[in-house]
Amino acid sequence: MSDMATLATVLFAMIGGAIRVSTPFLFVSLGECVTEKAGRINLGLEGTLVLGAMAAYMVAYETGDPWLGVLAAGCAGLILGTMHATLCSLPRVNDVAIGIALMSFGTGLAFFFGKPYIQPQAPRLPSVELGGWLGNPQLAEALTVNPLFFIGVALAFFLRWAFDNTRYGLLLRMAGDSVAASRAMGVSVDGVRLAATAAGGFLSGIGGAFLSLYYPGSWNEALSSGQGLMAVALVIFARWDPQRCFYAAMLFGAAGALGPALQSVGIVKGYYFFNAAPYILTLLIMIGAGRDGKAARAMPSELGVQR
Amino acid sequence: MDASHAAAPAPGGLVSAGAGARLRQAAEYIAIPLFALAVSAFLFSLFLLALGHSPSEFFSLLWRGGFGTAFSWRNTLQRAAPLVLTALAVAIPARIGLTIIGGEGAVVLGGLAAAAIAIPLAGMVPTIVLLGCMAILAATVGAGWIGLAGYLRHARNVNETISSLLLAYVAIAILNFTVEGPLRDPGSLNKPSTPPIGRENMLSPVPGLEVPWALVVGIAIAIALHLLMSRTAFGFAARVTGGNPRAARAQGLPVGRLIVLCTAIAGACAGLAGFFEVAGIHGNANAALAAGYGYTGILVAFLARHNPIAVVPVAILFGGIAAAGGLIQRRMGLPDATVLLLQATVFVVLLASETLYGRLRFFKAGARA
Repeated sequence: MSDMATLATVLFAMIGGAIRVSTPFLFVSLGECVTEKAGRINLGLEGTLVLGAMAAYMVAYETGDPWLGVLAAGCAGLILGTMHATLCSLPRVNDVAIGIALMSFGTGLAFFFGKPYIQPQAPRLPSVELGGWLGNPQLAEALTVNPLFFIGVALAFFLRWAFDNTRYGLLLRMAGDSVAASRAMGVSVDGVRLAATAAGGFLSGIGGAFLSLYYPGSWNEALSSGQGLMAVALVIFARWDPQRCFYAAMLFGAAGALGPALQSVGIVKGYYFFNAAPYILTLLIMIGAGRDGKAARAMPSELGVQR
Repeated sequence: MDASHAAAPAPGGLVSAGAGARLRQAAEYIAIPLFALAVSAFLFSLFLLALGHSPSEFFSLLWRGGFGTAFSWRNTLQRAAPLVLTALAVAIPARIGLTIIGGEGAVVLGGLAAAAIAIPLAGMVPTIVLLGCMAILAATVGAGWIGLAGYLRHARNVNETISSLLLAYVAIAILNFTVEGPLRDPGSLNKPSTPPIGRENMLSPVPGLEVPWALVVGIAIAIALHLLMSRTAFGFAARVTGGNPRAARAQGLPVGRLIVLCTAIAGACAGLAGFFEVAGIHGNANAALAAGYGYTGILVAFLARHNPIAVVPVAILFGGIAAAGGLIQRRMGLPDATVLLLQATVFVVLLASETLYGRLRFFKAGARA
């Protein structure tokens, strides 16, 4: 195989991989973005992702309908999000610590109920072929896209618009930027945050459904390894802007696709390091953003994460 | 309590009231976590009942598997030992206001470093020198790894909770790469491992007590760290920084150095846990090093309210719960994640119980009957 052909294979595999791998990042980061805009951080979305993946797989297997699975995943996330918001609204309860606890709670629930579903194969989500007319099988393969990806992209642009232009977007941002202003308007800050955290949980759960029902497309206990957590860092990188969350998710997806893409052309040496690429990328991004005045200015003022 | 109010009663009355108030406050710190444990047990019982299992059978198996026999005690203490060290890795940074949750990474790299240095040294030097080198290297590597999260926090304002966990994933990748590549023992077929350090070099339990060395060392470190944090200028400065970083900076305290030192101490503890896993249990480094001790340590530290001494009994309690996991799995047909779920339930209820502090009238210092 010539060098050019190898490079093209890697490139196509990375484009396709970026689209596939980015979708869970996209959903979780949008969920975290909504939550943080309201002034609360939910570190437990990793657990939400895993529980969503398990719930989706279980329901899809039992009913035979993968879309019901997606709905179940969203509802599982909604419940965890509601739990987070309710516990955090108690005085003296720390939202970061509750997030860590709910991360293990979601994971524990998923492993407990997911045991019988490791073996059987659930129906997968259908995909849309966009590249069939190109006549290039590799490119066609890369452009086989899951509908959830389009929903996520549309949602990113919609949320950006809604934050700026709707009454609910304004209420959400007000709860995140100034509790005093919200109180003066007679708005319940806890209520807004409850709605935001629950919605964020719903979106993260759907991200989990993508993992178990499309790519990689099966349920096991090693399905998610930090995607939910990386999405939190991704929101900082995206400066709490849903539209930038989409671009950032694509970047993370490409980094995550690097290992499998190189593997597909026979480069297996250092496989574990290429798989660690997203973690290292996240760290570098956080280091870069640390002194970034733009990120600091865009952060919702009530957010406790960077005291 | 303001000064004019406190000065009013007779001196004797003042002393006894002060001691009584302190006692009540101490009681609050014990009573509320115990109450949280009871609530978690109750909620978990409801969960088991809903699934058609017997809670009384569950808890009696938990007792028997964790603390009922000499064998289960050995198992419990063996699991408690790394938990003491990984919980200290959470508790010490917590004193300076940092939430470190990536202790697992330091455990893994500490164990890997210990096994790696043993390859050239095993057989060349006496056992005691070999073990000393392994322990020092493990602690150093761990200190550097978690210290990095502390440094990034100080120098670049990188959230230490996220960065420490990301570093843990990177550490596990380094472990997997190393044991399957450069340091793989050709003899390890199904379970890629580094070459063994040699049976004659492995740590046996403390003679006469049948307690693992790791636990004895862990308790000694816990006491030393308690004294460091409560009785020295360093500990005081660290606690001031944890309480109010801006005030600490205004006072001219070296906040950055304190943060890096506290995280490095944390990493050294977790790295030592990795050393003891290699030298006392596995005899080499392999993927089993990432057994989750780093994560359970977070829960232990929170339950102990980040008090280094309280970490020890809590670690033994959770060592027992983990030790009973196998028995519960076999006798009741429950999945192995049952223990994980029980731990998580305790964690959530415990954090929610934070809201009770200072709100229960019985524990109020100045409450009049």
